[in-house]
Amino acid sequence: MGEARDSDKAILRAEGLIVQRAGRTVLDIPALEVARGEVVAIIGPNGAGKSTLLLTLALLLSPTEGRLWFDGLWIDRQVDRVALRRRMAVVFQEPLLLDLSVYENVAVGLQLRGVSAAERARRTWYWLERLGIAELARRPARDLSGGEAQRTSLARAFALAPEILFLDEPFAGLDAPTRAEVIEHVGALIRDTGITTVLVTHDRDEALALGDRIGVLIGGHLLQLDRPEVVFGTPASPEVAAFVGIETVVPGHVIAYRDGVARVQVAQRVVEAVAEMYPGRAVWVCLRPEDVTLLSEDAAGESSARNRLAGRVVRVRPAGTQVRVTVDCGFPVVALITQPSAQRLGLTPGQRVVASFKASAVHLIGR
Amino acid sequence: MDLIVEGISRALVLLFTGDAELWRVIGLSLLVSGTATLLSLLVGIPTGTFLALTDFPGRRIVVSLVNTGMGLPPIVVGLFVTILLWRSGPLGGLRLLYTPAAMVIAQCVIATPIVTGLTLAAMQALNPKLRLQILALGATRLQMLWLLMREARLPLLAAVMAGFGGAVSEVGASIMVGGNIPGQTRVLTTATVMETSRGNFAMAIALSLVLLWLMLCVNAFLTVIQQRRRPL
Repeated sequence: MGEARDSDKAILRAEGLIVQRAGRTVLDIPALEVARGEVVAIIGPNGAGKSTLLLTLALLLSPTEGRLWFDGLWIDRQVDRVALRRRMAVVFQEPLLLDLSVYENVAVGLQLRGVSAAERARRTWYWLERLGIAELARRPARDLSGGEAQRTSLARAFALAPEILFLDEPFAGLDAPTRAEVIEHVGALIRDTGITTVLVTHDRDEALALGDRIGVLIGGHLLQLDRPEVVFGTPASPEVAAFVGIETVVPGHVIAYRDGVARVQVAQRVVEAVAEMYPGRAVWVCLRPEDVTLLSEDAAGESSARNRLAGRVVRVRPAGTQVRVTVDCGFPVVALITQPSAQRLGLTPGQRVVASFKASAVHLIGR
Repeated sequence: MDLIVEGISRALVLLFTGDAELWRVIGLSLLVSGTATLLSLLVGIPTGTFLALTDFPGRRIVVSLVNTGMGLPPIVVGLFVTILLWRSGPLGGLRLLYTPAAMVIAQCVIATPIVTGLTLAAMQALNPKLRLQILALGATRLQMLWLLMREARLPLLAAVMAGFGGAVSEVGASIMVGGNIPGQTRVLTTATVMETSRGNFAMAIALSLVLLWLMLCVNAFLTVIQQRRRPL
């Protein structure tokens, strides 16, 4: 049997987790802890090992190496996994409903646990109501729309009153309006119930909407795990920076430091950044596109920002209601500007502009 | 043309006057093929499920053997079961040759690969992720298998129908191992062969109609189960 630890406040703990597939390491997590009641959102690109991590934590996949604790219990070979899985719930990207009615689908987990019929009905109806699908109860699950099916799958998970809820890209298959609605709904349910949740997703906005902490998983490695403002504001590596939406990530060298501002040489230009980095230090200069303003050359003096770099427009692309502009300032700087400003500037490739951004908007990562 | 019309009318008379020999043949057909189908389900459904859900070295070979077995010529089955049960054969001591038991064995050998192969196809058609979801819902291994089989119930019933169809309609093996002994091992197919060879077309048509009617009844029953909408 597993050993219990008094000091364990974490509901879930992993140590030296390694998962190999066909001799290739797809997941390598030296340490991971999930505290009771928190929501951990793991983001990463496709193929980063997100689902593998989730399946491993949910005891649906045995790691090649490493140790796992659930609620202080070390999960060794002898542990009854079915009993532990019955304290968890998993919602996948596909709703994976059984060919039964909506009601029967929501009740099935309780039925497997031998919950009495009366209690089963009470809990099933409660969660059907809460997910807003009570009027669909008698419908065959195969006749549901994508949103309705995913709500059924979520109701089925919540009805189990799990101690930990695993969500594997549960919103990815939904159309945009449904998705926003379901995310908000699930966020409220998680806050209300206080269920510990681990979410994996490739979508930054989902992670920001739900996560108390955000982890960035790239190439099987958890590169950073911290509060959202830390991960998005001060990414720990250029890979994380790129994944959290910092589109300008370029190498440079600190050439001077004074009064909390480092002067960094990037290509043939100098960028000022609010950071404690000293001369000689090799760094990555990170800049969010929404922090960059574009000005015409003769209006450059109007900006109070410390960084004003003249350059040539390389590319102009619409991005939703905004416009993404790449400017060659000796190194590429990406700016996200509004359509009116783009029109005022009359941006076309080859045109000369000034990219302006505050020293506080620049984030430096040591190389 | 007269032959057919006359045959059908005489067949109907035979059927509705309750010809004792005819009913004995019908009863034995049902008993032998029903038992063979039941046995083939007991072997075929677990085997097909196992082949669909597990991976092991040599699995492909087993699967291709099963698929080949689905088209096993009854004559070949009859030959080998006969040799097996022959007085001086390996199982000759059991004295089963020319008994209904021998026919059950032969039909079971024919039906089992059909049931196995169709079960395998039915279970493999399920979304592989469904297994993970069912385990994640807290199912034991047995509960998972039960839910998966319930999920595949339509194609599984097709496997049952095909298995019974294969057993009840085969003739070569039944003649070889049963011998078409009246009152003992004469079934619908073997009787039809005999009556036809004697030029006794009315009886042959009557037997064929019964065979068709039997298949219709069994399949109608299974179809009703298969296509039933489950209430809440």
